Amino acid sequence: MCTYVTEKSPVAGSAKGQSGWFRLSHAMAYVDHPYHSPYEHTLNLDFLNDAEGPSARVAVELTPASARELVRCIEAALAAAGPAAAG
Amino acid sequence: MYTGLIAEEVRITGHGGDEINAYLARPLGPGPYPGVGVIHHMPGWDEATTEIARKFAAHGYMAIVPNLHYREGPDASPDDAAAASRAAGGVPDERFLGDLAGALAHLGTYAEFSGTKGVIGYCSGGRQAFLAALSLDIDAAVDCYGAFVVGEPPEGMPLKVTPLVQRAAELRCPLLGLFGNEDKFPSPEHVDELESELKKVGATYELHRYDGAGHGFFATDRAMYRPEAAVDGWKRIFDFYGRYLAGERA
Repeated sequence: MCTYVTEKSPVAGSAKGQSGWFRLSHAMAYVDHPYHSPYEHTLNLDFLNDAEGPSARVAVELTPASARELVRCIEAALAAAGPAAAG
Repeated sequence: MYTGLIAEEVRITGHGGDEINAYLARPLGPGPYPGVGVIHHMPGWDEATTEIARKFAAHGYMAIVPNLHYREGPDASPDDAAAASRAAGGVPDERFLGDLAGALAHLGTYAEFSGTKGVIGYCSGGRQAFLAALSLDIDAAVDCYGAFVVGEPPEGMPLKVTPLVQRAAELRCPLLGLFGNEDKFPSPEHVDELESELKKVGATYELHRYDGAGHGFFATDRAMYRPEAAVDGWKRIFDFYGRYLAGERA
């Protein structure tokens, strides 16, 4: 079996998938064997809208190091935005 | 031997009378050919799994792969349907058994089917192959690195599966198990426990373990592919099926 840890979070926002933009209901993060990336394990992100079915999904597979770097970038961008990113 | 084969999507009647799809690869000769139910891995009813079915057909087997994630996304791509299944806690055991039984029953509609049938499963499908060997009328089962035949899933894991090893006495057919010694689920200790239980209940089984291989070593499209283990593993599979599926069913 390939699944070790799963984190799920409601999110407000949008993502662009195979049929264009859609509103998001939640996101999932888990470490697993990737579907496409040529690595043994990756940090996988699924951005989803349950109400629109399984194809309303943007999938991302990152090496653990690049996932951590992305977290740092997100935190830095939010911090730099100051009050604009308070909501 | 005539080497032509056909591979196509078919509709079958699965668990609860639901119509689901399956991939069927079969030789085009007159038969009789044994059947193999191929159980896909957790990433779904994907291209790699259909390649496995075609390999069995090229070796003289009628191989059928039920889409165990069909209900989560009949029109979705395999990876999207797999993600939806994963979020829902995985495929329920009872539903899996109904879908596999329906797939194997579908083989009976072909005159060239010999009547003997095996199953093989990879990853989560390895556990499901073991479950099928406990539950269905089959002649041989192959478990390729199936996790949670032994051991409980770690905390935080969304999959609602339970271990099966304590039911080993219920095995209804010979079992072949293929494992990588660098795997964590199942770990070498899990495989030790499986072997100890199989021995204790007097099961007909053979287990092979490969150094330098971890989980998913048969997966040619993934970084975990280990050709030495995979080549030997395929040899073991065809030898095992040759022994237990050859000839027509009495």
